[in-house]
Amino acid sequence: MNDLTPGEKERSKLAKWSRRGFIGAGVLAGGGLLIGIGVRPGNPIGKLAPKVAGGAGEQLVNSWVKIDTNNIITAIVPHCEMGQGAHSVLAQMLADELDADWDKVRVQQAPTDGSYVVTDTARMFVAPFTMNAADWIEPTWNGLFTQVARMADAMLTGGSSSIRTTGQHSMRIAGAAARGMLVGAAADEWGVPAGEITTENSTLFHKASGKSASYAEFATAAADQPMDQTPALKTPDQYKLMGKSKARTDIPAKINGTAEFGIDAVPEGLDLSYAAIVRPPVPGTSVVSMDSARAKSMKGVLQILNMETFVAVVADSYWQAQQAANTIGIEWSKSASPIKTMDDQYAAFAAALDEAGETGGEEAAKKGDAQSTLGSAAKTIKAEYKAPYLAHSPMEPINCTAHVADGKCDIWASTQVPLMARSGVAETLGFDAENVTVHHPYLGGAFGRRLGVDEMTLAARVAQATGYPVKVIWSREEDTQKALYRCADMARMRAGLDGDGKLVAFDHVFTQRHDPAEACVPAIYNIANTSVRHAPADLHLPFQAWRSVDHSQQGFFIESFIDEAAHEAGADPLEYRMEMLKGSPRHVAVLKKVREISDWGGETPKGHAKGVAMVESFGTIVAEVIEVDMTSGKPKLVNAWAVCDAGYVMNPDGFRNQIEGGIVFGLTAAMYGELELVDGAIKQSNFHDYKMLRMDETPNIEVAIINSGDVPVGGAGEPGLPPAAPAFANAIYAATGKRLRTLPIAKQFA
Amino acid sequence: MLIATEKKQERDALANFILNGESVNIDAEPEMPLLWAVREKAGLVGTKFGCGIAQCGACTMHLDGQPVRSCSTPVSMAEGREVTTIEGIGGVDGMMSAVQQAWISEQVPQCGYCQSGQIMSATALLRDNPSPSDDDIDAAMKGNICRCGTYTRIRRAIKVASGQLEPRSEEEA
Repeated sequence: MNDLTPGEKERSKLAKWSRRGFIGAGVLAGGGLLIGIGVRPGNPIGKLAPKVAGGAGEQLVNSWVKIDTNNIITAIVPHCEMGQGAHSVLAQMLADELDADWDKVRVQQAPTDGSYVVTDTARMFVAPFTMNAADWIEPTWNGLFTQVARMADAMLTGGSSSIRTTGQHSMRIAGAAARGMLVGAAADEWGVPAGEITTENSTLFHKASGKSASYAEFATAAADQPMDQTPALKTPDQYKLMGKSKARTDIPAKINGTAEFGIDAVPEGLDLSYAAIVRPPVPGTSVVSMDSARAKSMKGVLQILNMETFVAVVADSYWQAQQAANTIGIEWSKSASPIKTMDDQYAAFAAALDEAGETGGEEAAKKGDAQSTLGSAAKTIKAEYKAPYLAHSPMEPINCTAHVADGKCDIWASTQVPLMARSGVAETLGFDAENVTVHHPYLGGAFGRRLGVDEMTLAARVAQATGYPVKVIWSREEDTQKALYRCADMARMRAGLDGDGKLVAFDHVFTQRHDPAEACVPAIYNIANTSVRHAPADLHLPFQAWRSVDHSQQGFFIESFIDEAAHEAGADPLEYRMEMLKGSPRHVAVLKKVREISDWGGETPKGHAKGVAMVESFGTIVAEVIEVDMTSGKPKLVNAWAVCDAGYVMNPDGFRNQIEGGIVFGLTAAMYGELELVDGAIKQSNFHDYKMLRMDETPNIEVAIINSGDVPVGGAGEPGLPPAAPAFANAIYAATGKRLRTLPIAKQFA
Repeated sequence: MLIATEKKQERDALANFILNGESVNIDAEPEMPLLWAVREKAGLVGTKFGCGIAQCGACTMHLDGQPVRSCSTPVSMAEGREVTTIEGIGGVDGMMSAVQQAWISEQVPQCGYCQSGQIMSATALLRDNPSPSDDDIDAAMKGNICRCGTYTRIRRAIKVASGQLEPRSEEEA
């Protein structure tokens, strides 16, 4: 199977891909079928074209499959590929419903176009986890959410959502509907009932007459068939591709240097120049004056642009531009922020928590009467937890190539939000969105960093100023020190235990609440009296969702504190959690399985200990056990075991890879992750002082999957992360008796 | 707002070296890092920029067979020598090397951005040490960061490429 995304061979093809060229007829040039999901019943795809272009009663098409005359089936995927494997798995889901020959299935990145808003993803963000599959495909709702999605330019990839929204509710339907149209066309031609036709490996069969034909033979005729808006979908026992560890289609190009990432874009026919930038070290400040005399005289330097909120140096090569940028002396305006150090930031958090006290703040969740139960509990414990600011640090540095000419702008960028990039750039330049084209190849990691459009609007301004095409590359230092961040936060928790040590009251107050709204609530546990309160406090650094978002700090706070309660009760931390999960069989099964595979309670070498944590996030339940070795006095990660229940996993090996990655990402942050402030500016700058876990520091990782089924499918990219930090800290407590209530961990054992 | 205005073209000194078996003459000043000379001047973009200070390994190339961090190696150091990049380690006609094949069987990459550098480091390791231990793998690979966290798969792929483990089939995955 081949992957037709841009990097492979013909870079310019995607740029030239035109939606209208296909939709206009519903039939591909040279014969073939193109199918989208029309949400308006009875609307064959060809007739949708003018409506998609705009007009009364507009309905959208949100995903596509095309079949060509060589029986090649192409899934056109509206999500970006940033390492999560969505391109492959989405194609797998579509191909399964279509009974396609997997060896002849290809993947194509959908162009940046309003038709490719990911309706279901947008809907998940608006009304998360409240509707089952049947509700999702109900046409009225779809139409409404399509409108919402379009208004929000929601062609986004994030929230561990691609498979469970677009996959479940668009790709599968497109595949099943396409199959139905092909069967209908064959039934007409052969004069047999559609119900007697079977399909397999992109071929139609009529057993009684012995007739058979490839999909390609009926592709054109199928385009005239009515399209079933709610085709029957397969049940798991009928899956042939879903649930299988099919090899990812993007991997071959990623191991021979041919995969194209945003930073690799070399637009055909353009003579590129390169820019390095210098942005304000303290957020919200701007250039007062600059001394660029030396930079101007440096070899290769073409232009030095004072854009007020940043300075750009344009040169013949990026290296020359960066060397010159490094010599520029800039005086920045004074920041209005009172926060100069992390002590200041934490003092601001503490002030907000003080003001909220034991009962104040905005109520996030409430069950029973936590306050009076705390007052009467046999034992109470309380603790204050802190989490630092973190950078996303995707391996591909932030970059964007832009060309502004003749009232039009072309952008090449690694982005999770191509449509938002288009509107952001259009607004910045004062252009109509139609005059901005966003090309988006593979992303060299994102983790939330590429949900912003800052680098695109910045590059567009540079390209507008120069008038010639420019590739703007942010140095690693620029992205570490002057970007968007996982927020720091502080939390205060109290627990009340009854005479048996049972957790009967839980009170939690914290300062930062973004997404998902439920991340701050320990809802998986059956605790009779719960009070969760949000006491907002200002952040000095700009916020950007970071892998698993609020779960990244809340998982650490809550699961560490549950561990404290278990030890206070004199109970085994895993069994203590198990007691609180009665009535939640899926959670119990996950915890039992991790107890088994980690040999919890079994013998460990001297100095080793295990910690456990469990978080449900993005629809997936994950329990992790981490084993540390403290014999040297410093924590060494030895083993990590994870058990996950995502309902049904579409590609087990791809899923495991995501969970493994989430664990490493979480452990990296727990071990080393920290941004400090010096006079309001970030101190850490690159991988020497903003450290990453490396090969020799990474534990063995084992991931087990439970397919409990019959629940909405859960996500993969984020859920592996939240339990990692608390399981690690809880293991250190088990080994040393030292409770870690702040991160990162390594420096506390320096 | 604009300080300098004209787009000027200056000729730099020529750098000469063998790139993936072919002689190249590149218009680059001697101090320019090999990374940028190869990416921007020779037009081979499979080697990646990650940190610029030899901390992450994304830019790993081979210079006369030895792995180097090309972001911190001036192009002058390559003068007259053999430079091998990710584009040059496969066999003829797009054949994959044993290391690349293992990267597929173990389904190593996620975003893939660091993997050129990982594969260049692993290739150098296996040429010098056909059956590396875990400690050998740690020592050779700890200079390469993978932000997606594929380290356990990289380790397994190196063992597959060196014949210490059987490659996985899709069914076993």
